[in-house]
Amino acid sequence: MQQSLVRIDGVSKHFGETTAVDNVSLDIGAGEFFALLGPSGCGKTTLMRLVAGFETPDSGSIVIDGVDMAGVPPNRRPVNMMFQSYALFPHMSVAANIGFGLKQAGMGKADIATRVADLLKLVQLEKLGGRKPDQLSGGQRQRVALARAIARRPKLLLLDEPLAALDRKLREETQFELMQLQRDLKIAFMVVTHDQDEAMAMAQRIAVMRAGQIEQLGGAREIYETPATTFVAQFIGEINLFAATVERGQVVRCAAPAFTCRLPEPMAAGTAVSLAVRPERIRLTRGEPAGGEVALSGQVMDSVYLGDVKVWRVRTDDGGLLRVSAVNSGNGSEDIRRGERVHLTFAESDIRILPR
Amino acid sequence: MSAGKPKPHRRKLALGQRVLLAVPFLWLLLFFAAPFLFVAKISLSQAVAQRPPYEPVFAWSESWNVFVEKLGQLSLSAYGLLFEDDLYLASYLGSLKLAALATLIGLCVAYPIALAMARAPRSWRPALIVLAIAPFWTSFLIRVYAWIVILKDEGLLNHLLLSLRLIDQPLQIYATDWAVLIGIVYSYMPFLILPIYNAIDRQEPQLVEAGRDLGATGLSAFWRITFPLSLPGVFAGALLMFIPAVGEFVVPDLLGGSDTLMIGRTLWNEFFANRDWPTASAVAVVMLLVLLVPLLLYERNEMRISETRR
Repeated sequence: MQQSLVRIDGVSKHFGETTAVDNVSLDIGAGEFFALLGPSGCGKTTLMRLVAGFETPDSGSIVIDGVDMAGVPPNRRPVNMMFQSYALFPHMSVAANIGFGLKQAGMGKADIATRVADLLKLVQLEKLGGRKPDQLSGGQRQRVALARAIARRPKLLLLDEPLAALDRKLREETQFELMQLQRDLKIAFMVVTHDQDEAMAMAQRIAVMRAGQIEQLGGAREIYETPATTFVAQFIGEINLFAATVERGQVVRCAAPAFTCRLPEPMAAGTAVSLAVRPERIRLTRGEPAGGEVALSGQVMDSVYLGDVKVWRVRTDDGGLLRVSAVNSGNGSEDIRRGERVHLTFAESDIRILPR
Repeated sequence: MSAGKPKPHRRKLALGQRVLLAVPFLWLLLFFAAPFLFVAKISLSQAVAQRPPYEPVFAWSESWNVFVEKLGQLSLSAYGLLFEDDLYLASYLGSLKLAALATLIGLCVAYPIALAMARAPRSWRPALIVLAIAPFWTSFLIRVYAWIVILKDEGLLNHLLLSLRLIDQPLQIYATDWAVLIGIVYSYMPFLILPIYNAIDRQEPQLVEAGRDLGATGLSAFWRITFPLSLPGVFAGALLMFIPAVGEFVVPDLLGGSDTLMIGRTLWNEFFANRDWPTASAVAVVMLLVLLVPLLLYERNEMRISETRR
């Protein structure tokens, strides 16, 4: 692991009665692409604003590059932020917007002009330096905001929902550009997003937040494959969750759909747990299944065609409801329709046992 | 870009839209253009000692030929008088000077108030706005009289300053230009506060944060972001104050001294003391023309802003 650039230690922030950030600790390495992921109101934006210096923590400390940030105003932090609304200065040209931070730093006019020209080139807006922000498209504004935020070469760049205002097509394109830029600049990025795809695509590590706390911190694969809680399991992608109980002999019994599986680690009998299975790990077949450790049968309630994938909802004979998905591979096995009787199979290793 | 700005395209207005547009036009025609023409007409006639105190050049019943013939009788003598007698020029300049000074002082007072209002907690703001316009709930005249009570030699202000031993002689404020300035600044304060407040309140709060994030101190973020973005409100407020302040009659009449020269007062004297309606009308016409200048400048500035916003 790289050397730690940002160390957030036991930070809490309250607004009146509500706790926005609740005793959060995390480290961000130099040059790391880090994402704070969570639903709105989970405290991720507040945490970012605490790092930027717009809010003061009620307790805990934030250390950036070895310096405790307590009492350090935003203008003295080695951190820059790209705002969700972009917050471009409407009375200044694009070039003046990008050069704002350089001018504040006391850089000479000629140097500012050179640096601004370089930045405009970097974000492919060479010819638009003289425009005003409201003469730009949404995508162009996003680039200006980005150029302005990296102009001062911060050690850490904070990005608040950087892609939220873009349309879908542009979002994906920009996502790759951001990743490329981050690799080139070797600046640590901290992205706040509510979009799991965005976080998973871009970030090396993701902190999933809920109610002011970090539920799980890890790489995209770790968070998706081995969610730590039912919240993480449900927030990241689609998942089937079944209520189950631990029985003697390291067996877990699920009522609907009815099946049992072995516990990988011993747990006290009678413990209530949730079993989680990803829809794409379940195999759906018309005929008798060829194998698989858990086998169920039922009737297709709905089938949804999404182009690249197909999704079914299946009601098992014992009243359980499962979501199943399969990639549209074109071999015809996907055209199972509503009302058909089907068999469902999945491996025990695809089941995650989560505390309830 | 070399493509140039797109031309604003003209589109045909539906009947309903035309009717809607006609309403303000008719209003202006009826309550501004028509009275102004009457005044302009009087200003071109001769003063006589009778009722009405001027010799109408035209009568409404005359035929076209007589009308054309009488055009020659129109007299600019009332306007000539404005240049002959220094009183008028001095009154115009006095008015412009006092109005400009009052607007300047007013801005210095109103801006911090508006800024504080815009930065106050959101739940306080309706109450603060009500407070800002509360003076309007009392008669203007009564409020100006109240200032006499405060400012006169044995008034509240002098009493306070004397008892605090800050002065040992009462200050002569009442019946001077200072009293007029204070009165005008006070009377038009809401007209300044509200547009400035609006211009600051409308700004996205993240703009200042972005400035701070990019290395600006609180003060330089204000000067480089908040202040320039509030200028449209400053101009609008200044205009709303300056124009009526130039023609102000009540404040100089009640608070000013006999040597306070303001055009509103001179106008009143011409109409009611001298009963010289043509000269009074000429004074009014020239005043309107003078006031058109800042209005047109403002209008052009607005056009330029909306042009760049496109």
